[in-house]
Amino acid sequence: MSDTTAYQGVVAPPYEPGFGDYVQLLKPRVMSLVVFTALVGLLVAPVSLHPVEAFAAILFVALGAGASGALNMWWDADIDAVMKRTAKRPVPAGKVQAGEALAVGLGLSGISIVMLWLATNWVAAALLAFTIFFYAVVYSMWLKRLTPQNIVIGGAAGAFPPMIGWVCATGSLSVEAVLMFALIFMWTPPHFWALALFMKEDYHTAGVPMLTVTHGRKSTRAHILVYTLLLVPVALGAALTSIGGPMTLAVALVLNVWFVIGAVRIWKRDETVAEADKYAVEKAFFRFSLLYLFLHFAAFLGEAALKSAGIGGW
Amino acid sequence: MTFRPEHEIYKRRFSRNLGVGLTLVAFVALVFALTVVKVKRGEPLEGYDHVIQPQSVPSTEVQP
Repeated sequence: MSDTTAYQGVVAPPYEPGFGDYVQLLKPRVMSLVVFTALVGLLVAPVSLHPVEAFAAILFVALGAGASGALNMWWDADIDAVMKRTAKRPVPAGKVQAGEALAVGLGLSGISIVMLWLATNWVAAALLAFTIFFYAVVYSMWLKRLTPQNIVIGGAAGAFPPMIGWVCATGSLSVEAVLMFALIFMWTPPHFWALALFMKEDYHTAGVPMLTVTHGRKSTRAHILVYTLLLVPVALGAALTSIGGPMTLAVALVLNVWFVIGAVRIWKRDETVAEADKYAVEKAFFRFSLLYLFLHFAAFLGEAALKSAGIGGW
Repeated sequence: MTFRPEHEIYKRRFSRNLGVGLTLVAFVALVFALTVVKVKRGEPLEGYDHVIQPQSVPSTEVQP
């Protein structure tokens, strides 16, 4: 008798996770953003790596990001279970045990940090270790349930990848790496607060102190506008450094004007108007925010390509 | 004679084993490729063979 026949006709066998369930622990969609921004950071740096080293560097940065995602799913399983957006994640869905998520998170953290050190340099590995610590401990365990500024501070974790990519190539920090970090850091709050405006029940049900829950929706709209305005000098400043050029500056100008217009429209609305059109403006702003970040980093990459052709840069 | 259809649990177990196996093979291949790249570039390597290597000793200490 096999181990499964014992269950047949009696009770359903316990769910046995497939490989894909473990992959879902690593938050593949977040990883795709990490891969893209880290790759841009690495490619626009003034020092080039061997393709094998570059591939390994990006892979282990992505793996580190995935590890922090698994640790986040282990810690946040209780609130993930009550939020519609996250209820299907492997741990709350009962596909993977919380302890397994912890083991996967810790194991992959160690592997990714050591391998990034071996593949590139210790500064990049230390930054990756700090990023994982920041996301898993500072954000998930400490601030997420404590302060409505959770998104602002947690955004730093998502902002590190381009900086790590840069350091993988150069071995040190510079103003360009800091501005790429600042671009994602300042972009995160308006991006997530727009999401919180139209996913309002989720955070309220879970008791997560999002700005919409603690300070109200009018205040959240004002915060979106303020952070969007603060983002403008960062984005334009990055375009004026060595990773930018006329093309990057033009792209940054268009994107930021568009983004500020969206933020002003959100700020001018109230809940009655927003509910009447089912948060169309907030949803459009959220979708555009994804495009905003992608096009900014694509512009850095494009500028680097133009420079190698002898026509880009300042 | 009829065979009982394979239980779905085996398919998931196989997918997991295959995934882990392929991941390990890819990891070994990557470490090998990294090793080849770093060795071919001729970065400083020190062999612990109990032999004094003049290039590792400050020039003031090398006896003629």
